[in-house]
Amino acid sequence: MKKSVILGAATIAGLAAGAAAAGTMDDVKARGKLNCGVTTGLVGFAAPDANGEWQGFDVAVCRAVAAAVLGDANAVEFVPTTGKTRFTALASGEVDMLARNTTWTFSRDVDLKFEFVGINYYDGQGFMVPKSLGVSSAKELDGATVCIQTGTTTELNLADFFRSNNISYEPVPIETNAEAQQQYLAGACDVYTTDASGLAATRATFENPNDHVLLPEIISKEPLGPLVRHGDNEWGDVVRWTLNALISAEELGITSANIDEMAQGTENPEINRLLGSEGTLGEMLGLDAQWALRAIKAGGNYGEVFAKNIGEDTPIGLARGLNAQWTDGGLLYSPPFR
Amino acid sequence: MTTLTDPPKEQFRLSMLLYDTRYRSATIQVIALIGFMLLAAWIISNTMQNLAALGKPVEFGFFAEPASYDINQRLIDYTSRDTHLRAAFVGLLNTLVVAVLGCVTATILGVVIGVARLSHNWIVARIMTVYVEMFRNVPVLLWIVFIMAILIETLPAPRAFRGENPEASMMLGDTVAITNRGVYIPEPLFSNTLGDIHLFGDSSLRFNVSLDLMAILVVLGIGIWVSRWIKRRADRIQEQTGDRPVTWWQRTAVIVVPMAILLYLLGFHLGYPELKGFNFKGGTHLRNSLIALWLALSLYTAAFIAEIVRAGILAIPKGQTEAAAALGLRPRRIMRLVILPQALRVIIPPLISNYLNLTKNSSLAIAVGYMDITGTLGGITMNQTGRELECVLLLMLVYLSISLLISAIMNWYNESVKLKER
Repeated sequence: MKKSVILGAATIAGLAAGAAAAGTMDDVKARGKLNCGVTTGLVGFAAPDANGEWQGFDVAVCRAVAAAVLGDANAVEFVPTTGKTRFTALASGEVDMLARNTTWTFSRDVDLKFEFVGINYYDGQGFMVPKSLGVSSAKELDGATVCIQTGTTTELNLADFFRSNNISYEPVPIETNAEAQQQYLAGACDVYTTDASGLAATRATFENPNDHVLLPEIISKEPLGPLVRHGDNEWGDVVRWTLNALISAEELGITSANIDEMAQGTENPEINRLLGSEGTLGEMLGLDAQWALRAIKAGGNYGEVFAKNIGEDTPIGLARGLNAQWTDGGLLYSPPFR
Repeated sequence: MTTLTDPPKEQFRLSMLLYDTRYRSATIQVIALIGFMLLAAWIISNTMQNLAALGKPVEFGFFAEPASYDINQRLIDYTSRDTHLRAAFVGLLNTLVVAVLGCVTATILGVVIGVARLSHNWIVARIMTVYVEMFRNVPVLLWIVFIMAILIETLPAPRAFRGENPEASMMLGDTVAITNRGVYIPEPLFSNTLGDIHLFGDSSLRFNVSLDLMAILVVLGIGIWVSRWIKRRADRIQEQTGDRPVTWWQRTAVIVVPMAILLYLLGFHLGYPELKGFNFKGGTHLRNSLIALWLALSLYTAAFIAEIVRAGILAIPKGQTEAAAALGLRPRRIMRLVILPQALRVIIPPLISNYLNLTKNSSLAIAVGYMDITGTLGGITMNQTGRELECVLLLMLVYLSISLLISAIMNWYNESVKLKER
């Protein structure tokens, strides 16, 4: 099955490339639905809830884009992709954008012909081990069996980390997070490694999360962000500035509670430009004036989305850390809306 | 008197291509061929153009780049600094290993089950029927995943072997460890090793051939040849005198004695697995993924082979069995000497397709993380380099070559067993 998907995708990439390169926005509008590639299931980032509704931090980006472009945060078709299938799905036009814990790297941006529109989560690769193993540092993992999702940057970081520290390991390649969880919990691997946020999210779903620890080493930079196909700059701009709108909204103090009030007009011209009561930013993007208003209303500003899905009050319990606003000592820094 | 004249030579006219039945079929075929070639050319040029427009022209330079990923099961030396080509080579060998293991096991199982299904013993025949229907009617992917899940969930983890009163212990006098990461068995080691021959220098296709293994194979081959010579000699004596000399000890000795001497000279000993750190060290590690894939493919394909064997046996008229029985042959010898040699002619051709199926099904390996060629070249390499078209084309070429090779070998074997018509 997998092979036929890849083959089919390769053929479609060949035949439809000409068509797909132009006018993703028109396609989305004509379709009335945004096709958004997400993970096959990582609680907190993208996973269906008990009612079958997709929820999560990455899902919120998809919904915000759908709200901005189509006016309906629910007009999204979520396409689950694995680490291996995601790029083919995007390149072939099967999805309009990917919001799937994808690390922004040079070769993906330049060689694979994608366009990363920003960073919605600053992450790094970590290790999770059972507490009973008594390991306190990743450098003590000589000879360990390591579960790893195949087709990811973590696979390459892992090889580099163990080689540069001159210790050996046995990789167990795995397709999805769920399989990794199964093997890890059964003790078929000693260590599970992926982005630290993913580890926290996975651990939160365990029966006894406290039996497992994240090792202190963060062995890589993993700036995760949404991406689109290279070459369709109009569409790239829409996704980029939707993400920036969520980030700016937090910085400017726009929340889902006060947004309607603020949309009437405020003293701050940037808020006015963002929410459409002043200027023509929406028109420049090829959208209407209320695009950002709808995007922010879809799930709240960046901080609200973070707190609701992966923040400290959720089982996943991630601190803002690097993902705080630049004004709070973090790295989040949206270019101005001007 | 009549004169014989040649019929007037018919002039060839263009319209005859269409209206003359002698030429019409050729015309249609030529037109169809041209149309097909145009279509193929259009697809290829379209693909090339679109890929070039995407900025991804078809090129294979990435093969010389470092792969940067590790592979757990490698039959040849490989590190993450080796090239993508080397990684593909490692994957290819892994594919071949599971294909060969699978074909051998499936054949043995299939023949036994196929014969047992025809057994007069009601229970045996029914059990075999259940087996065949069960395995044949469930997709092989499910069997692979199912067996993998059983291995992971039911077997003890290595840490269960640790401590004063371990929950699990090694088997067969502490030589075999069965864990949920695979089975560790003793490995053959040679203290006076003859070394290796290094082929292809430092290139990505470098390959070491163990001289120890070569020596063992040569001695074994000579032993078998001498043994057959003794058998032929015994046949001759039997034909001349009617008495067959007792040769079994000679035939055993010419194989066993030289082998024992060779192994002694090479300093043969076994390396046992030991629990060290996180895992067992030493010995040969048969990984879960290999075992699950091997078992599932063998069991699944054996069900088909069993049916082929049964069909082959049923194709031999009952009279043959009765005639052989009338000559006083026991049922076992009837099967071995009369039925199976004839049945093989019916069995071999469909058997070839099953070998091909098994080999191609081994590409499902990625479901359990077995790093075959689909997992390396068609998986990680493709994903890291983004060269979908190149990788998939090469992958197709590799499977095509393997399949054609198997076909060629099996067809050659088929030639040797098929009915010799004189």
